[in-house]
Amino acid sequence: MTESEQLHIIAAIVEHKPGVLYRVSNMFRRRGFNIESITVGPTEEDGLARMTITVKGDEYLVEQVVKQLRKLIDVVKVSRLLSGETVLREMALIKIRTVDAKARTDVVNYVEIFRGRIVDVAHESMTAEITGTPDKIDAFIELMRPFGILEDARTGITALSRGLRSVRVEA
Amino acid sequence: MVANANRNAEGIEVSRMMGSKALLEALKREGVKVIFGIPGGAIMPVYDALLDFDIRHILARHEQCAGHMADGYARASGSVGVCMATSGPGATNLVTAIATAYMDSSPIVAITGQVTRNMIGKDGFQEADIVGITTPITKYNYQVMAAKDIPRIVKEAFYIASTGRPGPVLIDLPRDVQTEEDEIPFPKSVKLRGYNPSVEPHPLQVKRAAELLVQAERPMILAGGGIHISRAYEELLALAELLNAPVATTLMGKGCFPENHPLSLGGVGMHGTKEANLLILEADVLLAVGTRFSDRTTGRLTEFCPDAKIIHVDIDAAEIRKNAKVDVPIVADAKKAMKAIRDQILQMASRREPSLWLKRVRELKDQMNAETSLEGDSLRPKSIIKTLRRLLPEDAIVTTEVGQNQMWAFLHFQVIKPRTYITSGGLGTMGFGFPAALGAKVARPDVPVVDIAGDGSFIMTEQDLATSVMEDIPVTVLILNNSVLGMVAQWQRLFYNRRYSHVNLGGIPDFVKLAEAYGARGERAKSLSDLEEAITKAIRSDVTTVIDVPISPEENVFPMVPAGKALKEMIWE
Repeated sequence: MTESEQLHIIAAIVEHKPGVLYRVSNMFRRRGFNIESITVGPTEEDGLARMTITVKGDEYLVEQVVKQLRKLIDVVKVSRLLSGETVLREMALIKIRTVDAKARTDVVNYVEIFRGRIVDVAHESMTAEITGTPDKIDAFIELMRPFGILEDARTGITALSRGLRSVRVEA
Repeated sequence: MVANANRNAEGIEVSRMMGSKALLEALKREGVKVIFGIPGGAIMPVYDALLDFDIRHILARHEQCAGHMADGYARASGSVGVCMATSGPGATNLVTAIATAYMDSSPIVAITGQVTRNMIGKDGFQEADIVGITTPITKYNYQVMAAKDIPRIVKEAFYIASTGRPGPVLIDLPRDVQTEEDEIPFPKSVKLRGYNPSVEPHPLQVKRAAELLVQAERPMILAGGGIHISRAYEELLALAELLNAPVATTLMGKGCFPENHPLSLGGVGMHGTKEANLLILEADVLLAVGTRFSDRTTGRLTEFCPDAKIIHVDIDAAEIRKNAKVDVPIVADAKKAMKAIRDQILQMASRREPSLWLKRVRELKDQMNAETSLEGDSLRPKSIIKTLRRLLPEDAIVTTEVGQNQMWAFLHFQVIKPRTYITSGGLGTMGFGFPAALGAKVARPDVPVVDIAGDGSFIMTEQDLATSVMEDIPVTVLILNNSVLGMVAQWQRLFYNRRYSHVNLGGIPDFVKLAEAYGARGERAKSLSDLEEAITKAIRSDVTTVIDVPISPEENVFPMVPAGKALKEMIWE
């Protein structure tokens, strides 16, 4: 992987109110930065949400992204999460065509190996839930391809730094 | 202050009133004395309440002008300018003015009416998503969904607009929020956990900067608009004199260092002075303060100051390394940073006197001055601008339109006092100069205000002659009238093989008659002595004067660095 394709993970604590996602995504569009993935959800802290944003690019780009994020009034705190010091997870729901009993058994076995779960079964399809690093989900999807993937939905990466380090906002 | 005021559980003053009144009360508490605007359906409750408030309202003839007036007011005074418009087209007409203020970091607060809350998103009459539209061109914006939030939002808006790197803030006010009556709190302080605009210079970086500067053989200072914003004039002068470093300014920085000072090189960039553009390439240490290294300032960046170590001071961390590569970054207010650098240098034992460099600076300046004095006394741009300078007091304010007029003013109008040169630098908004002059005059009624204009620009906002006459805001509009879109024609002449595409303005209208139609004065100057007389009368007149000065359509602005070229590729003439 060349430096220009390096994946960077940025965590931003933002005000949890209408329009903030628009301000953040609009800044990315305006400055010509591409978002690989973005996940948003409320945090346990009052009135704050956490965004986990992944971008591909070189050091110059990620430095600019962080600075432009910090400049937004509704963004309270921004940190880069460094690989190796970060726990990162993505979840995927994958609907697989299972035409016969053998296909169903195979899929169940694979899901077990990947420590996933079957969350829906129908006559000719099964839906699997897989959680893990993006690489692990990619690998699972590759394995399912021969059966026929009817639909898939991935959450994008969410991440926390390891140990006591945190992006929390001090009250 | 308000008759029926109580306090809530947090000790904040609370009064029962309508949203419209709360808005004006909150503006008054921010010290607002004047609002530039145009009423319309969705902002009528505020305009009704305005009749009971001691706030001057200046009725513009186009919302763009109301916005530029607020901007000119802000730039001349340093305080926040306020403009107001109705929803939909009123709000969208403000967009150019807001974008202009954003690019030049000028503090304005724009208030727009909006359709009622239940109609938002339904495409009702005169609805526009002005919050969505202005998100990328405001420092921040609000849509107020409850009357009780109005004073807090106004307080935040003024705080955000005027601190850190200033900029425009928009407040969108649905009509039924204006008429909603409630117990409304008026907080005295602002709490924004995501915004902390005061940054102290990092001592280690200050030390590194000081070390570079004292060891420099050819130090130079590039001063940008940030000097004006932080009012770091004394600190800049003291540091330049201590270092014996020549000072070049960006377009936005013009006037932050007296241009009659021996160390002043004037402006740098696409239409910078020869001495500034030549010397900046020779510098070995460049201290750049409050500038974003715009392409118009640096020319092709890869060849900008190739041998220099660059120290970059800016209050906006996102400007550091956005454009230029920097050796020492200092994120801080310009005033604090320059004081810290100077204090650090004064503590150092040995300092190098850049005497050879100073000799080079002096010789080059003398050489350029000698060339300039060969100019004749015909009615040409340089002599027109120099005549204007000679006749105006030092503290007079000039604004400019955009194009050749602006660049002739940049090159030839010597600015001595800060905040007396107001121009649309970043966005390059034609039509800016005249309404900005009106706003500046409202802020500084004690000094003459002159818009250095071109015919193409002036015609974009000339209808506000009506405003200047009706509201008694006398300014002078000096039109360098070449009957063409001059800067475009110049580029077509130089880079498009004289293929003139749609630049002829035909000498229409007759600007003397136009001025008279509005009840203003019109003068035509056909010689320098006509011009002297016209300017002298105009700046004493109690009504706006338009001075039409015919010049050749073949006039060019030189020197020039063609777009995308390096400073060293400057065309001399």
